[in-house]
Amino acid sequence: MVELAHATRLHPLQAGNPDVASASVTLADNATRVSLRSRADAVAALSGTLGLALPTKPKTTATSGSRAALWLGPDEWLIIDDVDSSVAADLAEAKVLHSAVDISHRNVGIIVDGRGAAAVVNGGCPQDLSLKAFPVGAASRTVLGKIEIVLWRNAENRFRVECWRSFANYAYAFLRESARDVAV
Amino acid sequence: MSTSTHSGSNRIHGAGRLTPAKTVRFTFDGQNLTGLEGDTLASALLANGIHLVGRSFKYHRPRGILSAGSEEPNALVDIERDKSRRQPNVRATVQEIYDGLKVKSQNRWPSLTFDVGALGDVFSPMLPAGFYYKTFMWPKFAWKSIYEPRIRAAAGLGVTPGEPDTDRYSNRFAHCDVLIVGAGAAGLAAALSAASTGASVIICDEQPEAGGALRYESAVTIDGQPGYEWAASAITKLRALDNVTVLTRTTAFGYYAQNFVGLVERISDHLSSPALDMPRERLWQVRAKKVVLATGAIERHLVFANNDRPGVMLASAARLFLNQHGVAVGRKVGVYTSNDSAYAAAIDLKNAGIDVPVIVDTRDNPTSAIVDAARSLDIEVLTGHAVFSAGGKRRVSSMSIQPTRGGSERKVAVDALIMSGGWTPSVHLFSQSRGKVTWDAANERFLPGTYAQDCVSVGACNGTDGLQATLDEGLAAGEGRTSPIVATNGTEWTGGMIGSAPGAGADTSVKAFVDFQNDVTAKDVRLAVREGMHSIEHVKRFTTNGMATDQGKTSNLHGLAIAAEALDRPIPAVGLTTFRAPFTPVTFGAIVNHARHDLFDPTRETPMHDWHAAQGAAFEDVGQWKRAWYYPQAGEDMHSAVNRECVAVRNQAGIFDASTLGKIEVVGPDAAKFLELLYTNPWEKLGVGRCRYGIMLREDGFIYDDGVVGRLAEDRFHVTTTTGGAPRVMHHMEDYLQTEFPHLNVWLTSTTEQWAVIAVQGPKAREIIAPLVEGIDMSNEAMPHMSVREGKICGVPTRLFRMSFTGESGYEINVPADYGRAVWEAVYGRGKPLGLTPYGTEAMHVLRAEKGYIIVGQDTDGTVTPHDAGLTWAIGKNKTDYVGIRGLLRRDLVANGRKQLVGLKTVDPTIVLEEGAQIVANPNQPVPMTMIGHVTSSYWSENCGRSIALALVIDGTKRLGETLYVPMPNGVIEVEVTGMVFFDEKGERLNG
Repeated sequence: MVELAHATRLHPLQAGNPDVASASVTLADNATRVSLRSRADAVAALSGTLGLALPTKPKTTATSGSRAALWLGPDEWLIIDDVDSSVAADLAEAKVLHSAVDISHRNVGIIVDGRGAAAVVNGGCPQDLSLKAFPVGAASRTVLGKIEIVLWRNAENRFRVECWRSFANYAYAFLRESARDVAV
Repeated sequence: MSTSTHSGSNRIHGAGRLTPAKTVRFTFDGQNLTGLEGDTLASALLANGIHLVGRSFKYHRPRGILSAGSEEPNALVDIERDKSRRQPNVRATVQEIYDGLKVKSQNRWPSLTFDVGALGDVFSPMLPAGFYYKTFMWPKFAWKSIYEPRIRAAAGLGVTPGEPDTDRYSNRFAHCDVLIVGAGAAGLAAALSAASTGASVIICDEQPEAGGALRYESAVTIDGQPGYEWAASAITKLRALDNVTVLTRTTAFGYYAQNFVGLVERISDHLSSPALDMPRERLWQVRAKKVVLATGAIERHLVFANNDRPGVMLASAARLFLNQHGVAVGRKVGVYTSNDSAYAAAIDLKNAGIDVPVIVDTRDNPTSAIVDAARSLDIEVLTGHAVFSAGGKRRVSSMSIQPTRGGSERKVAVDALIMSGGWTPSVHLFSQSRGKVTWDAANERFLPGTYAQDCVSVGACNGTDGLQATLDEGLAAGEGRTSPIVATNGTEWTGGMIGSAPGAGADTSVKAFVDFQNDVTAKDVRLAVREGMHSIEHVKRFTTNGMATDQGKTSNLHGLAIAAEALDRPIPAVGLTTFRAPFTPVTFGAIVNHARHDLFDPTRETPMHDWHAAQGAAFEDVGQWKRAWYYPQAGEDMHSAVNRECVAVRNQAGIFDASTLGKIEVVGPDAAKFLELLYTNPWEKLGVGRCRYGIMLREDGFIYDDGVVGRLAEDRFHVTTTTGGAPRVMHHMEDYLQTEFPHLNVWLTSTTEQWAVIAVQGPKAREIIAPLVEGIDMSNEAMPHMSVREGKICGVPTRLFRMSFTGESGYEINVPADYGRAVWEAVYGRGKPLGLTPYGTEAMHVLRAEKGYIIVGQDTDGTVTPHDAGLTWAIGKNKTDYVGIRGLLRRDLVANGRKQLVGLKTVDPTIVLEEGAQIVANPNQPVPMTMIGHVTSSYWSENCGRSIALALVIDGTKRLGETLYVPMPNGVIEVEVTGMVFFDEKGERLNG
């Protein structure tokens, strides 16, 4: 039997340098965030107001332009949009029963980007982040080390980590520390 | 025979797989030695003729290298990179050598070859198993002060490092379809098979490379290749696959519920100068759909007199040292066995040119071809014989042979003695998975029986004998479609002996070791039985057999067999062994991994934190929060700083960071209805723009939390909670909403961190902030005490509360958190010329106590009702339902004799009571006195010019004006019971 040689490519920076980061950890831009709550019968109307179909399945999201809705629970969504978004005003016009609370300053967004992004997050997040279990567009409330986060995969190798502002130092330091360990 | 002396005199030219040119220098107890790249410390020491590597735990007997794997009980050493990176009890058989490796032997003084502690061996008849339970009973006091410390100092192995560990450790969570533990023949077959299905596969092995027993099984071929080469090509193939993760130097140490398996990957322990940033170890927390255990088997020693002499070792170890490392464990190697596998070692040694004078086989008539093969190499084979004892002290020098049924003794000079008592399947992880082992009586071994999880055992750990059967089993476990793998010339591993060998039986008193690491002999096990220990669990604890860090990998079965024999009961009746994690010792570093230093626990800081720090504030930990405690100025101690801050608030104004207060936004048409149910107070009629102080009870009627609630709109409330109570109050409310009141249309959102909160309190508060505020009429009439308005401050949105926790007229400015620092600075800049003074949590506590405002958790302790706390006014008298309403009616809660919150004034106003101090009615009663209450809050009040205190006292409100006593170590303090308000009793300042 002839063995096929499986040559793998080696990046010059990675030869003998396992600490070369293959993912970056950066701060997301300031954003508008709303915690949106409602019952199932208001979802259609609120979707119309928001201009996107509010997701109704666990671990899913919907986006439209800069606006995104992350499913966090059967009656709970995290809406994220640009800092000058009209989303709060839009929702104030909605006549259906709902609760919209501005949490723009409550949360901080951190972006983990690069080939090792999933491994960096898996340094502290116990979820299965394979593309099969956590595909592009998946989001969920979960944990990172000792804190609660919302995790959103918005590209194959890019995650947005949202946490409360006083935990941001911890989350950022944790992800940076984890990124030191990931050279894929 | 030609030898290379460069990397040790026992290096055999042409043997092994290491490269002679790749030398590595290291030291052992200061001695400079050379080994080869790929050597373990054990193989390198043996190459240099060093067998004596340590002293034993209890008797300080000289010890050598027993095994070539992680089961090693003897060869434990201390490895030091530098002072902060020193590791005791490292197994020399696991540690790979690197240039500059510094190794020290352990548990010896002054030196390894001359050890004073070895006197313990001479006096060992006085130190039987369990001796410390019996010998040192008298006098009683001496145990703690003399016996225990000395015994502990004399026993033991390595010394704990004293410096903080500077290495980094990492963590990775991973999921896979199939986790395969062990990359020997069985594990590799399973991995190739599983990988072919496209499943995600993780395969790990504790060794630096794959192969398992194929690393020394010299005659084996698989698919036409030598076994070792087949393993190497298989692992290369697996590494190249996207769906396979190969982890070498990685030990699966713990198997937990739902196929959760803990692995430790050793990343830098084998490197000479690891990159500074490189983690030393990585913890893998793997959740697998299916686990394949391919953990192999561990060879047992034989239990005979002086079987612990350096140079006496497992046959398979000698074989690995020869075939992998090219090292001969001796020049004249005796063999003692009870099964076939040791013959293979003897043959390999003989073929390498080593003198193998004799194979002693306890079996009367072994018939395998391998016995004849040994004979045909002119090795003497003595069947029906046993080694009754090993000679020599720091190195074995001879073996004394007798027929098993007795007869004349023959002594053969040797410089190494290799042995095999047979193979014990490694069922550790299976057992950890809560699987039940069964006793295979025919082959005297425990095998996996009933599985508790989605797991399968393959190969030697499953009792599968023969290489072909092992490969077939591995392929099947992988559930893939791959062509068969064909093996030839595998070694037979069945058979062997458990318990004491001939010459170490019940009628003898020789030192035949069962457990090397804990110095337990066959005699000790029998003593335990005589002392009445009839279950193996008791025998283990009495003798400590199997309880060392090696977890009795070589000793458990022997101990069990000896106990069973002494009890004259079958082995399963004496007990099954349960294995617990970790399989091998795991460093604290790996377990803790990232959670060190700043990442030990989150430290929560408010948006204004850096400002406080720049002002020199002292901080107080409140849960995970850092709160500004007080702001000392030059020359001030805490006391004078707090006094200054308290006076400034009452005379001019103070500024306080209240951002940590919990905040919950309650939204929905039923919001008021919901609050009616959660708080004792009425809410329906609270006007929009008004605030109310609310009390929240548990179902049992006791105070759970309190806070001010503002109504922003008909359907929107801004609720505040205590700092520490924020998360639990949110959960409490959510719990009731979901389980008791799901019909209500209301939702809760935590906004604690959305808002920075700047409290400005004092007579000048309005004057200071009014010019910064837009869109809000701040006049007393338009915005009275306990109101809330939305508008702008410094150009950013604000929820401006007029409220007070100081008794002064004041405001709490809520702004979106990112603006907190800028607004704080603007307010401070404007207020400073008017006397505005930053004050911390300590001044806040004093100011509220001057007004008799309680702090939940300080003045209450979970057994205090609103009535007890003087807050009856906060209960809606016409309300028919709220959480705790029925609890409040319980007989005990309305009875006389409850502790009630009152004020205390010391008769001597300069004395500040101690918080927690007990209160009595009569200080002259005999001890123990009847205590009628305790101090909950106590401060020096500069504003009152005296000390003040709050206390819970039985029937306190009926005692106003009474004199009570606080007995303290330095004398009794006389106090007067007063109302709770010490300053501005009428509350006029609130409306200023």
